Amino acid sequence: MVLTIRYWVLFMFACIFVPNFPVAAVFRAEPELRARAVAIFEGKPPLEKVFAVNENAGRAGIAPGMTKAQAELCSELTLRPRSLLQESVAHAALLDCAQSFSPRVEDVAADTALVDLKGMESLFGSLPKIAHNLFRGAADLGLDGNVAVASNPDTAVLAARGFGGVTVIPPGQEAESLGSLPVEVLFGDRIEGKKQEGKQKEGERGKKSECLLATLERWGICDLRSLAELPEIALSERLGQEGLRLQQLARGAASRTLVPVEAPAVFEEAIELEYPIVLLEPLAFLLNRLLEQVCARLAARALNTQELRLTLALQNLTGVDPQLETFGIPSESDASQGVQPRLPAQYFVSGRQSKFCRTLRLPLPMLDPKLFLKLLQLDLNTHPPGAPIMKIHLTAEPARPRSAQGGLFLPPSPEPEKLELTLARIAGLVGEARVGSLELLDTYRADGFRMRGFTPEGLPETTRREAAAEEKSAVTALRRFRPPLRATVTLENGELVRVVCSKKKEVQGNVLWKAGPWRSSGDWWERGAWARDEWDIALQNADSVALYRLVHDLLGGSWFVEGTYD
Amino acid sequence: MSSAVVSTSAAQGRPFVFVAEKDAEVCPQPSGAELFAEGRPPQRTSSDSAFSTSAFSISKGARLASVTPASRLAVRPVPEMVSSGIAAMDGLTGGLPRGCLTEICGPASSGRTTLLLAALAAATRRGECCVLVDASDALDPHSAATAGVELDRLLWVRCGETSPERSLEQLLRVTDLLLESGGFGLIVLDLGDLPPQAARRIPLTTWFRFRRAVEHTPTVLLAVERQSIAGSCSSLLVKLGLMKMGMMKLAESGNQASEPSMDSQNSLPTHAQLLTELKMTAELVRSRMDRKPVRSAEITFASKTAWAG
Repeated sequence: MVLTIRYWVLFMFACIFVPNFPVAAVFRAEPELRARAVAIFEGKPPLEKVFAVNENAGRAGIAPGMTKAQAELCSELTLRPRSLLQESVAHAALLDCAQSFSPRVEDVAADTALVDLKGMESLFGSLPKIAHNLFRGAADLGLDGNVAVASNPDTAVLAARGFGGVTVIPPGQEAESLGSLPVEVLFGDRIEGKKQEGKQKEGERGKKSECLLATLERWGICDLRSLAELPEIALSERLGQEGLRLQQLARGAASRTLVPVEAPAVFEEAIELEYPIVLLEPLAFLLNRLLEQVCARLAARALNTQELRLTLALQNLTGVDPQLETFGIPSESDASQGVQPRLPAQYFVSGRQSKFCRTLRLPLPMLDPKLFLKLLQLDLNTHPPGAPIMKIHLTAEPARPRSAQGGLFLPPSPEPEKLELTLARIAGLVGEARVGSLELLDTYRADGFRMRGFTPEGLPETTRREAAAEEKSAVTALRRFRPPLRATVTLENGELVRVVCSKKKEVQGNVLWKAGPWRSSGDWWERGAWARDEWDIALQNADSVALYRLVHDLLGGSWFVEGTYD
Repeated sequence: MSSAVVSTSAAQGRPFVFVAEKDAEVCPQPSGAELFAEGRPPQRTSSDSAFSTSAFSISKGARLASVTPASRLAVRPVPEMVSSGIAAMDGLTGGLPRGCLTEICGPASSGRTTLLLAALAAATRRGECCVLVDASDALDPHSAATAGVELDRLLWVRCGETSPERSLEQLLRVTDLLLESGGFGLIVLDLGDLPPQAARRIPLTTWFRFRRAVEHTPTVLLAVERQSIAGSCSSLLVKLGLMKMGMMKLAESGNQASEPSMDSQNSLPTHAQLLTELKMTAELVRSRMDRKPVRSAEITFASKTAWAG
């Protein structure tokens, strides 16, 4: 006896479709245009043609295919060039929204994403709730889309393309639900084309679809119900396998497996400006919008960022030597006071536009658009672009969110976000290279150290035993003069008698006491060779006796007072 | 209205404030029984009764909102003291107070920087983040490392502009930003090399603002300068001075170290010597930590040079 157990597995798929995708991409970058008549044009001048229009523009009589000159006759119309970068960014946002609900997402087209909802009900609730959350999630990322849920992917795609808003088709009711849709919905991808196909294939596919559509129209087949009711054999004789496939789609009976795609972890936003921006204030307004969009996308994937890259396309940068490829890089030849700044401004001259890049490296992964905006503002105030801005491109490097467990008895430490902002403000006051923590260099050269970023996070906690460890006896400290004070030294029989510093009046007097000389030298194999004799001397000031370190540069012959023992 | 209330308000220069909703809480009028208990018979003359009636009705509805009796004043808690890194100094002052401004002043070679680095070393050893706002860019990193400062926990802000006024302006603005940010265990303002006339230009209101900013926080605010400039805004004022230097005479043959001896400052040795230590004096000029007035106390402490071993 064979016992057969049948498992009925319920597969459900959701489709997010963004209608009029090129216009939606523009609205995502410039939300204030939603209420206006907008037309997107493409092509090379003077043969630019209208590519897509929104509803308001359609009502004003503007239609795809019109020339730009014709469209410009409409005074209320706002024209925008087609931006493939904005469309790819909008498409990436669409995939991010889908992936925030399920790891199995199929990239159907630039304006369509399929989501496998298997197992998601236990996490996100019922199917209608998931559909509404998807709809809201897409809206939060700036995309006004349609969401449809069905038991097979193709039905979900057709429902999303045909019905506005949120649609949930119960299993078994696919044909009934899709029946009222026009047959044009079956050929929806002939406009956008498949992502992976080349232009030639897109053209052939489009012609075939046009032919099929014309045939169906001749037959009087206007909706999917009519197509579903056609006899299969007769349909296959006239339209072949393609006709049968279309009938299966119309009946909601087509089934295929989802082809999931790993969405690339690229989080970038861009905006091309209609007119160049000169002031930093309007730039900050646009940066705020881009940062919010990037942070929303990162949050949808439960990620933070540790590096932000801002690239500004500048207009006709003049006054800069075209052969100068980099600008503003501090000298690295001084090893004793080497500086490790953030990446400096870089100007790349190409054609009529040049690019201005700034990179913001954060000590920890963060996700606060207001903080990022403030840091970018402070950075741009210190390093202004120097030319009008035509385009803004912002990229965020994703990073896992930091996980830190707080403790009740930990010593006080500054909040990372506040600290970063404070450091940026201080750097604006004293200079980027003059704030940070110290790193001693492995050299005997005097004053051999390097400044680096101050990152108290991640330092090992000090145990109580270490804190209460033996207290060292106080060590006599040296206070340095930067730069060292040039001194005039009087010698008698080779002995130091008197020291006078013209720049600092209190550092002068007879030498009461001295210890030395202590000779040191180094780096003789390099350009920056040094050799010096050091004395510790006591000079009688007006008020008291003070101890100084006197240095004789053996290579140059000069005398310097390097510091005071205090 | 009772004479006590009138005199209090007049002394404080405040107008009388009346709140008619509630009965008077301060200085209620004594009843006849109370007056009898105090030995004063009630006086019932016609004019007096009219006056007392009107006064009672006014005081009944009156309430001086801004007067708090002395018995209700909260006692300010003594701030937490942390080690300065030098045991002798901790014995003199009790340590450095959190949430207060401490001043350390003295001329050159009086041990200010030694004490500054010892305090930073102690704070970083406790695991706290510290800041040194250096008006003259005078910090020697090697001295800091030798003193035991954990350089990773130290934020160094180098002002060091060409003019003292510009340095001072930077220092004040940076300090404002740091106090606003918060979270630091020790903030040191190093004004040691600024000319006194430049340092005195800092208005007292600025010091008062700094003091208010650190109040009720665990931050120690330490100012190192040549002369005291914060006035009464500082809760602790220590004056340092150089007492004497210790040195080691190296023998003429073989450079072998002889017994260390303490010479006076005015000797002119003929052969090489090694500076081994400095002996400093520290005087506690002012301390608001204790309730009773502080007497000037003086201690000496020594600091060894890095090469003395």
